[in-house]
Amino acid sequence: MNLTVNGKPASIAADDAISVSNLLETLQVAQREYVTVELNGDILDRDGFDAATVRDGDTVEFLYFMGGGSL
Amino acid sequence: MKLTEEQITRYSRHILLKEVGGKGQKKLLNGRVLVIGAGGLGSPIALYLAAAGVGTIGIADPDQVDISNLQRQVIHFTADVGKAKVLSAKEKMLAINPELNVVTYQSWVTAENIAAMVADYDFVIDGTDNFAAKFLINDACVLAGKPYSHGGILQFDGQTLTVVPGQSACYRCIFPEPPPKDAIPSCSQAGVIGVLPGVLGTLQATEAIKYLLGAGDLLTGRLLTYSALRMRFREIAVKKNANCPICGEHPSITYLKDELDAVTVCDLGH
Repeated sequence: MNLTVNGKPASIAADDAISVSNLLETLQVAQREYVTVELNGDILDRDGFDAATVRDGDTVEFLYFMGGGSL
Repeated sequence: MKLTEEQITRYSRHILLKEVGGKGQKKLLNGRVLVIGAGGLGSPIALYLAAAGVGTIGIADPDQVDISNLQRQVIHFTADVGKAKVLSAKEKMLAINPELNVVTYQSWVTAENIAAMVADYDFVIDGTDNFAAKFLINDACVLAGKPYSHGGILQFDGQTLTVVPGQSACYRCIFPEPPPKDAIPSCSQAGVIGVLPGVLGTLQATEAIKYLLGAGDLLTGRLLTYSALRMRFREIAVKKNANCPICGEHPSITYLKDELDAVTVCDLGH
């Protein structure tokens, strides 16, 4: 199935649906334990990653902590 | 208040802009902005706000200038090594613009002191390097209804978001809780390209100036990310999160507390 991930088209080896947890694994997303996931514009609860389903055509954003280093 | 002849000359390039004009320049001169952190982000923020004639600028930072800061913290000079950052910053700001009121806080922000600091200002800028401070600033600004600019940098990447409490997504709408201590590398561990905070800090200062002027559109509801390596900006739309622990429908955070687990996430001072 085809998704838009972080603004770019991405092809995922799954038929028509995949859990967010599986997607994080499949894409080997960095900082999987801390990353925030936005699915079609909604920020998902971290404890809902197993239940949340990504479908063909969905838009996914991974948002990362960026602490700084300004001091 | 009437602009003096010298002010009209000093701010002439502002006054020429229809979005600013003499009226807008007076708004800046009457404006009060608190900059938390006098480091990489705080340097361009403080310099540009001073040059722009933001009349009262608060600057908070507990640290002294270290030689390893000078690669990016452009408000501090080699001769300032060992000096309190807030004093070093104040000297440069007043050298640019002697008519400003620069208020220094040589301390870190804590749950005890931040509410009183924030209360004195129109707009707050987060130029800090650790998650304890970032979450505390968000919480203090949300609880006080104070607009603020979030900024974060690491290696070649940066992100910034403006928060207007009650109206737009806050930092906790995106990141409900701080990451565990030492989970995310700091710049002192992972490095940062020196020009990066110049880009992000200048964007944050722009937001403060626009807020004071009431001009244009703020960076609300959009997380702006910047990759210096790819030279690419991206915007990610972020909605207010109904489950946000501080600005959601059933907030669990109703008073300020320090995020103790995150306090030492960064090696402060370097």
